[in-house]
Amino acid sequence: MAKYLMLKHYRGAPAAPNDVPMDQWTPDELAAHLKYMDDFAERLEQSGEFVSGQALSPQGVWVRAGGEGEPPVVDGPFAETKDLIAGWMIIDVDSYDRAVELAGELSDAPGAGGKPIREWLELRPFLDDSADLTE
Amino acid sequence: MNETQLRNLVPAVIGVLVRRGADFASAEDAVQEALLKALESWPGDPPRDPMGWLVTVAWRKFLDARRAESSRTAREFAVDSAAVTGPAYGMDDSLWLYFLCAHPSLSPGSAVALTLRAVGGLTTRQIARAHLVPEATMAQRISRAKRTVADVPLDRPGSLETVLRVLYLVFNEGYGGDIELAVEAIRLTRQLASLSDDPEVAGLLALMLLHHSRRASRTDVSGRLVPLAEQDRTRWDTALIAEGVGVLRAALERDRLGQYQAQAAIAALHADAASAAETDWVQIVEWYDELLAIADSPVVRLNRAVALGEAEGPLVGLAELDRLDARLPRHTAARAHLVEAAGDLASAARWYAEAADLATSVPERDHLIRQAARLRQESAGRATRKQE
Repeated sequence: MAKYLMLKHYRGAPAAPNDVPMDQWTPDELAAHLKYMDDFAERLEQSGEFVSGQALSPQGVWVRAGGEGEPPVVDGPFAETKDLIAGWMIIDVDSYDRAVELAGELSDAPGAGGKPIREWLELRPFLDDSADLTE
Repeated sequence: MNETQLRNLVPAVIGVLVRRGADFASAEDAVQEALLKALESWPGDPPRDPMGWLVTVAWRKFLDARRAESSRTAREFAVDSAAVTGPAYGMDDSLWLYFLCAHPSLSPGSAVALTLRAVGGLTTRQIARAHLVPEATMAQRISRAKRTVADVPLDRPGSLETVLRVLYLVFNEGYGGDIELAVEAIRLTRQLASLSDDPEVAGLLALMLLHHSRRASRTDVSGRLVPLAEQDRTRWDTALIAEGVGVLRAALERDRLGQYQAQAAIAALHADAASAAETDWVQIVEWYDELLAIADSPVVRLNRAVALGEAEGPLVGLAELDRLDARLPRHTAARAHLVEAAGDLASAARWYAEAADLATSVPERDHLIRQAARLRQESAGRATRKQE
């Protein structure tokens, strides 16, 4: 089994075919979208492939060490940032192909007009800790 | 009785329940519940007859579940458990379980999970922690696997080939938790070797023992990967090596070579070398040729190219590598290694850096990055000395 991270972006991904900002959706469209996401996670748990998932607020900041005796430096919120992550889901699957299949399914969540958003998701393999018999 | 001895009993208890008429899925659930109860109560109050205790408790759990499911079913399934004396605790039941849990209809991940629970006697929580997934997810993975094999006829449970592949996977999956999967894999393969006299079972067991013998030297004190050539060979476990070589020798005498025996033979040749320089690479290449004849795969060809580079020189190895698909896992790492051996340190540093980007595990990536850094430093040092 291999773990993959599916990353959803507020900003930074290529434009989706159905690229209408969420605040312009109707309440019913929002509800349908959230239900789709919940059902997707539920299905993954049933199939034994779900690891974790979480949505993120866009209200983040940059932080770095300030140097000796100084407090950390905080910069933000990131109004200018080109790449803003909206959330993630981690899956544990048998193959890369299965990970792609699931990312495709997640990307198909309904948006404005009840039509699939087909947004671009970033799919990243985990580095694992396994050792190998090969020498 | 320790936890491992307790786990050893699990397949036989499942076997007893199935012979008494329980379906596999319900029997396995009931035994898991009995196991959890045993783990909780045995330390303070160990039973005199552990096997009998497990059978009694599991059977009661099974009947309770039946009753809860439907009182109608319970009446139809009127079994007087006192009157039932199961057949002798047979080893064949265990062998059947190995086959069922690694059934070809299961995905490799599901087969691993089901094998660890039903054959290995691990709890769902232990399996989940070992694989770094939530317990609920692992529970579902196991239930689905059980549903998949529910209709497998008792007399046609699967194939030894998939059983061995599943055990091999377990051995290679070293993750978190308190359970060391490599040790579990050895225990399960050892048990299988006592049930089946197929030389490939012995071959796989030998392979695992020989690899495990190097466990202590494979990482340094800070947990960093130490490649075979640089390992402190005095730290290899000689008892495991002796056992592995003995098991392998007996298997090879049967004259039915298979891929696990061939791989074990390669591991044995490494174990036999007092130093990396004394490794018999010519014989290792010959074993890779045997392996190719049995089970040709790009990965075997890649490993053979590296061995060839050791036996006949890095340029021969590189020429062989050029014939293989560069997208193969570890192709770039193999190239880096051979380029270094050929003496081009600056290029090797670049290949190692590229290989690090392609690595699939943290220890491997860190190792490759360190190789790149070391060679960059060495080649810079050489350039400086030339100028002076």
